[in-house]
Amino acid sequence: MVRSRTINPRVRRRAFSVTRPPKSTALTLVMILFLFYALVPLVWLFINATKTQGDLFSSFGLAFGSSFALWDNVVATFTYDDGIYLRWLGNTLLYVVVGAGGATLLATLAGYGLAKFRFPGRSAYFAVVLGAVAVPGTALAVPTFLLFSQLGLTNTPWSIIIPSLISPFGLYLIWVYTIDSVPTELLEAARLDGATEMRTFFTVSIRLLTPGIVTVALFTIVATWNNYFLPLIMLSDPQWFPLTVGLNQWSSQAAGVAAEPIFNLVITGSLVAIVPIIAVFLFLQRFWQSGLSAGSVKQ
Amino acid sequence: MTTLTPPRVTPARVTQEIRTPKRRWTGWQFTWPFAAVFVVAFIAPLLYALWLSLFQNQLVGGNAFVGLDNYVLAFNDPAFWAGFGRVFLFLLVQVPIMLLLALAAALAIDSARLYATGFFRIVIFLPYAVPAVVAVLMWGFIYGDNFGLTASINDWLGSDVLAPFAPQWMLVSIGNIVTWEFVGYNMVIFYSALKTIPTDLYEAAEIDGARGWQVIKAIKLPAARGAIVIATIFSIIGSFQLFNEPNVLQPLANNVITSSYTPNMYAYSLSFAGQQYNYSATVAIIMGVITAAIAYVVQLRGSRKEDR
Repeated sequence: MVRSRTINPRVRRRAFSVTRPPKSTALTLVMILFLFYALVPLVWLFINATKTQGDLFSSFGLAFGSSFALWDNVVATFTYDDGIYLRWLGNTLLYVVVGAGGATLLATLAGYGLAKFRFPGRSAYFAVVLGAVAVPGTALAVPTFLLFSQLGLTNTPWSIIIPSLISPFGLYLIWVYTIDSVPTELLEAARLDGATEMRTFFTVSIRLLTPGIVTVALFTIVATWNNYFLPLIMLSDPQWFPLTVGLNQWSSQAAGVAAEPIFNLVITGSLVAIVPIIAVFLFLQRFWQSGLSAGSVKQ
Repeated sequence: MTTLTPPRVTPARVTQEIRTPKRRWTGWQFTWPFAAVFVVAFIAPLLYALWLSLFQNQLVGGNAFVGLDNYVLAFNDPAFWAGFGRVFLFLLVQVPIMLLLALAAALAIDSARLYATGFFRIVIFLPYAVPAVVAVLMWGFIYGDNFGLTASINDWLGSDVLAPFAPQWMLVSIGNIVTWEFVGYNMVIFYSALKTIPTDLYEAAEIDGARGWQVIKAIKLPAARGAIVIATIFSIIGSFQLFNEPNVLQPLANNVITSSYTPNMYAYSLSFAGQQYNYSATVAIIMGVITAAIAYVVQLRGSRKEDR
């Protein structure tokens, strides 16, 4: 949406600037501290996913143990309790594909509709949805549970999917993005050619909106993949758990009377759970870069 | 990424975009699916919660209309206010620290003075992609005295200086986890706002002889104001709704994290341990109203400053 305003700031600054900033080693070193802060827990997770339960207790946290058991741990994670982990992974994928995919689609259509058409009830629509951005999702979780249990929807995938379909913030992003990047003249031209509004949207506008859509998709994917509170209250049958709730259940196994700690599986399961989302994120990040900063050589 | 920048869309501009009158109802073709789900998943629970909050399940007489009794009860409930005070303290300390760190990192990355800028940006943002549950499990292990780093450091120092689960340190430990999760996310919001600054401004500042901090103060910070307001609002919402981190840490520190440690945990345990659905809905509504009100005030103050 800001493409027009960001044409090569760095390049032009270089060409015109008397004070092209020299690279600063001191600043880079300070930022390396920041980098450590972000990375150390992740490194810890990886290193400890290679340890057996015995090694976990006997070796230093950031050093490898006496054996390299990553593969054994991964196999154990996927086979423990009749492969329940795989089931959780599948559930998470289901919630992400249907929930985040649907949320992106609904937010895109609605944001576009609000930006390009005047229709009865439009101002009220706007006011209500933008008001909803400020209402925290988790505040609604308990009431939603109470309502859904009246409707008999709890403990089904629908109880996770339906609330995930709403992304007021996504709608807002697409609205902004549409105003900035879909010229009304283009729609008028399509209209003169006799195309229906829907057809114009799916053949012309959607291409112009792609970077915005990818951004919304990224945020909704992260939100559904990481969702914890909602499934925690909605689901009681482990067969429908997503990874987050399942992993926490494994972790709680270590406490209590019949404690059966499986720390190595919790750690390896956590590692396996973040690999896909980080991969998606890195992949989409590159996608944006090309979409959003086309023409900018900033990075 | 830059789509996160708050829009500067004037009403005039919107009207211009829609200046051609369309067939009146066409817009609903695009907007009805969102509206339909919105009603089911947002409006209906909200109204249902309001309805529930007006009733009480009494021993004698069953479910009875009690007017605002539940609200009176909540306002006199020390457990609720203790949790509220806790998240408020959390908000006052953790949010400024996190946002200042994020802003500093964004300015550093935008300054073009770093080596490997792109690498820094991606890696610092990475924790945002880690599910809160995994983040807390991970930090919980690191904090733990079984095989965590804390234990190693304490061994090495030969003392018990570090006690992340002690009552007086618990909130700090949670704050560290939340900061770790979201500092990169906020950095990216700020960075994308800084990226929209037109080059002419820098050139003009240079001609005027502005350098370093002056450019940051006069150009960069004002340009990031909208983003700062948005990030502050989201952080306020996040703090008041604190649940995941204390909930996942609870088994590790049972004595410290009570079932009413935060208002959201309180609402949760009222519903699921106590079956007090009406009171739970009341607590959720009160927190929602307080959060929305504070977010609204921040937004007003933020945009007023922008006009000046």
